[in-house]
Parts: sequence; C-alpha cells; structure tokens
Amino acid sequence: MSLTRLLPLVVFLGLLGAWEALVHVQSIPAYVLPAPSLILTTLREDWALLSASLWVTLRITALALALATGIGVALAILFAQWTWLERSFFPLAVILQVTPIIAIAPLLLIYLDAETAVLACAFLVAFFPILSNTALGLSSTDHHLRDLFDLYGASGWQQMRLLRLPSALPYFLGGLRIAGGLALIGAIAAEIAAGASGQGAGLAYRIVEAGYRLNIPRMFAALALISVAGIAIWLVLDFVNRALLGKWHDSARQRS
Amino acid sequence: MTLLSLSAIGKTFANGTRALDHLDLDIAGGEFVSLLGPSGCGKSTALRIIAGLERADQGKLTWGASKPDIGFVFQDPTLMPWANVFDNVFLPLRLKGVARAEAQPKIEAALARVGLADFAQHMPRELSGGMKMRASIARALVMQPKLLLMDEPFAALDEITRHRLNRDLLSLQAELGMTVIFVTHSVYESAFLSSRICVFAPRPGRIVETIHVAAPTARTEEFRLSGPYLEACAKASRALEAAMEGA
Repeated sequence: MSLTRLLPLVVFLGLLGAWEALVHVQSIPAYVLPAPSLILTTLREDWALLSASLWVTLRITALALALATGIGVALAILFAQWTWLERSFFPLAVILQVTPIIAIAPLLLIYLDAETAVLACAFLVAFFPILSNTALGLSSTDHHLRDLFDLYGASGWQQMRLLRLPSALPYFLGGLRIAGGLALIGAIAAEIAAGASGQGAGLAYRIVEAGYRLNIPRMFAALALISVAGIAIWLVLDFVNRALLGKWHDSARQRS
Repeated sequence: MTLLSLSAIGKTFANGTRALDHLDLDIAGGEFVSLLGPSGCGKSTALRIIAGLERADQGKLTWGASKPDIGFVFQDPTLMPWANVFDNVFLPLRLKGVARAEAQPKIEAALARVGLADFAQHMPRELSGGMKMRASIARALVMQPKLLLMDEPFAALDEITRHRLNRDLLSLQAELGMTVIFVTHSVYESAFLSSRICVFAPRPGRIVETIHVAAPTARTEEFRLSGPYLEACAKASRALEAAMEGA
C-alpha cells in the first residue's frame, strides 16, 4: 500500500490519539467528552441495543433509497416522454426538495406511525436528486445518436431502452450517490423528531434518549455508527458506480 | 437511372437562417457525388433532408423507383460508448427486429469489410479515431444500403488514416455497388473520391458548379498524381473561390 493511501488512516488515528491524550491529560469527565477508548467500550457493551437500532436505521435508509430510485426513475421517464407532465409536476418536486425535512417531520409524525414517518422523510430527501439527475440524463442524449435512431425508424420505447436510459446512467448514478447520503440524513433527522416525541427505535432515537439520560459515551457510540453507516453506503454506491460504468465512462475510468 | 431528385429545395431554420435556396440535384444509381463547400453552406442540411432527418420548406424530394435503404455516417463516429463494437454494428438490425443470432453473420461480414473482424468485443474507447470511424461505416453498411450518406466523416482524422479510409471507401463502393453522397470541405478528398463534385455557394446554399471527374472509379494512390485528379482539384478550387467571392 502506498504512503498516499495510508495518509488518511494515519491522520485519522493521529486525531483519535490526540483526542484520547487530551481527555486524560485534562481529566475531562466522560459526561463532557468521553475518550475514544470509552466510546469503543460503550460500543461493545451496548452492542445489542445499538446494533438493533443500527439495523432499524439502515433498513429504513435502504427502503427509502429503493423507493426513491424506483419512483424517481419512473417519474423521470414519464417526464422525458411527456413534457407537459414535467411542466405540471416538477415544481411540486422542487417544493418538496426546498422545504426543510426537519420542518416536515413533526407534521408527518402526526399523520403516520413513527416508522412510516421516518421512511417518508428519508424518501422525500432522497427522491429529488434521483429524479432531477435522471431527467437531466434522459434529455442529454447525443443528438447524432438520436438522429441515427430516427433514421432507422426506432420506436419511442426502443429509443428509451437502447439509447436514452444508457445515456442517462452516469447521471442517475451521480444522483444515487447523493441520494444515498441524503436518505441516511433524512432518516436521522426524522428519527430525532420522532425521538423528541418519545417514539422510534433507530440510532438517532438512541442519541436523543442517551442525551436525556446524560449517557454521553452512548451518544458518541451511536454517532460513530451513523458515520460508519454513511461511509458504508457511500462505498457500496461507489462500487455500483464503478461496476456499471467502469468499462466505458470516463468518470469511473479515471478512478480505476 | 435516377435514384433521387431534389428540385428547388429551400430550408429556413427557426432562427431565421436561410440554409438552402433553390437546390437542384439529380443523383443516379452507383454515382459517387461529393457536395463540396465551406463550413455552414448548407451541404449537411441537404444531406439531412435526403436522409429524412430534416424537412424542406420548399421544393420536392423524389425517389426513383422507391426510397432505398439508407446508411448514414456522421462527422463523429457516433458510437454508443456503453456498447461494444459488435453491438454498435448490430444496432440498425436490432431496431428492425432482427434476432442477434440471425444478424451475426451480417455483422461479422460488415466488420470484416472494414478490417475490424478482430475487434468485435472491444469497447469504442479502446479504438483509435480511424478504427471508430471504420466501426461507424460498418454500422452503416450492415443493412446493405443502396444509398450511403456521409457527412464529413474523415474531417477529424489524420492525413494518413484519411487517405487509407478514402481508398477503402472506394473499394467498398465498387464491391457493394452503392450510391454515395459525400459531404466535404476538402477539394482534394472530393477530387479523389467522386465521379461528380457539386460545389456549393455559401448561405443560402445552392449548387454553383458541377465538376465531372473523368476517371474510372477504381482508384489507387497513384491517381493523386494523375492529370484528371489535378484537373478536378484545379476546377473545384477555382469554383470554390468564385463561390466564396460571390458570397
């Protein structure tokens, strides 16, 4: 492994070491700032509780991302086929996108049960990047290729399947990577709102609950799991991106 | 026998640009006709009208017996970057509903004709500029078109590749008996390839001179040193300059 690849790990471990030293040298109490070693111990001791919450958050994030992908791509295809549909409905999607999810979550918690409300919030934030990126990709097809398809009498569906969807794939995958992170953020934001109302079971709820109990090490442990979950989502989507584009698209080629 | 006839064709784009004005052109089967002119003179628009990719505002396009199968080669290779060479060449047949297994011999034959038999599984990005253009020509040939339309296909290639593709194109035309309409702004290329050169005036595009190249169509590199070639170059250059001065 080259030094350049090791550098981020060295920096990360160095920061953790400095944090650990600072806590011990300054004798900072755990309820103010727990040392990394204590967070690790808490993670181990509370693993049953925290892993169950991690599973809840990950399940909701994955489900929200799947729904956002299915509905976002389907709508983008409909928008690309009928521009009047895009003109009619795209503003609504923009309104949903620009309204802060943290403001919508308490409202959704009134109408829906906690888990469905969290799912709805995660879906709402993940949906827009997929819709807008895929719509952009579908309308950015090489015009010479479109001419070629016209010349050979391709039907609308053939153009969509063989030309527009493959052309839009890099755009869609770009949107998916943004949406992956946003789905987790949406789920966390909604869980915090749900946690504040005494409901929920996800990681953010554990943070809220631990905060009420002044169990700061557990707050940090849950936070660390959220970060790890976010990194895992990013890595999975990056792998998907490279697997689908690596053979032909410059964005994936440069990294490979 | 007349393959197609353009009479008094006019075209104005939505932005008000008058691209063609009273364009008259008859093309006989088996001809190699170059449309020669400066950039933006409407020759590509004429080609697109023949292909059915644009509609003329005025005039009439008529086909001889019936509209033949058309192959089109663009200035860029216009390959689908996500598909390998085989699938790119398969495209016209696939769009017509031909099964892959049934199409395979035709695709292999088209690739062999352009010298890409060993590159069927390569992705476009793995090919050189000249090879990409060969793949594009193979795709146009796979339907065995009677009419091949080419829009400055070799403009972006280096001189040596361009000369090689010029020779290969003449061989393919002789082998397949196609009619070729070839858009170019190169006097030398038009003189080497064509049986007839139609010189376009700048906007609005129309034919100001027609030059017949008095030489058999089977041409080698030696043709570039021959009297008929040099004479065609001189005539085409003069016609082009006169057209530009009159603009």
